[in-house]
Amino acid sequence: MTGNLIYTVIALLMLISLVALVTQKNIIKICIAISILGASVNFYLVALGYRSGGTVPIHYLKGDNDLMVLPTPQCFTLTAIVIALATTALLFSLIIMIYKHYGTLDIDEIRRLRG
Amino acid sequence: MKKSLFVASAVIIGGLFYGVFTMTHPFGNPGKAVMDDHFIDRALKDRSAQNIVTSLVFDYRGFDTLGEAAVLFTAVCSIGALFRAGRKRS
Amino acid sequence: MKPMSLIVITLTRVFSWFMIVFGAMVIMNGHHTPGGGFQGGAVVATFICFLLAAYGGKKFFTWVKAPIYSGLETIGLLVFFFLACLGLPNSFTYNFIAVAHPGEVLGGWLPSCGTISLMNIAVGFEVIGALSLTVIEMYEGTHMNESYFGGECGHDR
Repeated sequence: MTGNLIYTVIALLMLISLVALVTQKNIIKICIAISILGASVNFYLVALGYRSGGTVPIHYLKGDNDLMVLPTPQCFTLTAIVIALATTALLFSLIIMIYKHYGTLDIDEIRRLRG
Repeated sequence: MKKSLFVASAVIIGGLFYGVFTMTHPFGNPGKAVMDDHFIDRALKDRSAQNIVTSLVFDYRGFDTLGEAAVLFTAVCSIGALFRAGRKRS
Repeated sequence: MKPMSLIVITLTRVFSWFMIVFGAMVIMNGHHTPGGGFQGGAVVATFICFLLAAYGGKKFFTWVKAPIYSGLETIGLLVFFFLACLGLPNSFTYNFIAVAHPGEVLGGWLPSCGTISLMNIAVGFEVIGALSLTVIEMYEGTHMNESYFGGECGHDR
């Protein structure tokens, strides 16, 4: 039906985050770009494991359909989401410390004020 | 110099994206997935687990989940250490 | 942080308890419906954000003590590790309670899932403690400006 459109959407999302990661100067925007990059990778993993016409991989809820979506990419995604959450919390607390110490969020300013 | 560097990086990243796009299987048809079919077949028969994803997370790949919980614990410990260092010496 | 308006406080009084009940339901039914320890723990931890946003910091710290959540997190991780070690004669995280029922779909009693349900509860406690402790520590971190030992507290203030 939609064909491979979803992979194009994922590539677009990843390109947006890469461009923002390189060009932005504000640290909070860089953190948002890192989060979008991780989300696009999770999206790609889940999209790889989809079988057309498949149901949830739970025997209790599957109904009459025996064809199931692949469970292993979902397991990987579950692990990756929790680790991304821990990393993001640590990044933002480091940003709070940087703002306390330097009074700015611009990376050029931070480098210039050092020492 | 800067412009040529920009063009070279754009070409490399575009080539990588195009290669990944052509090498992945079409959406909704992952072909023959031996490992996943083995899990779907055997999870109910061996361990009588209804939810295959939870069975994978906590049973087949339990060591991975232990590392994940340890990562969460370490992140919270480092946040506490980061903020408590400023408060105590006042 | 000042307390928010009366509308937000009333909404918090009505809805914040449903957060805990819904999170507990997601944790407890993790072995045969979508969900599990991580997702349910994240739902329960929104309760702390609710309280902190509605009631403000001064009233919040008369109810919530950080060492409780620290202990919850540690106990959850230790119980998970202990349950994983119990199956060690066969392999790590071996599901030693579960009874095999070939070709039969059963409901939610304990031998139908084994250690998966117990591990869900342990990991749920760990995630509740970890996320609540993160919110509490980051809120306290924004208020340590007056007692900061570094001397330089930003050049634009």
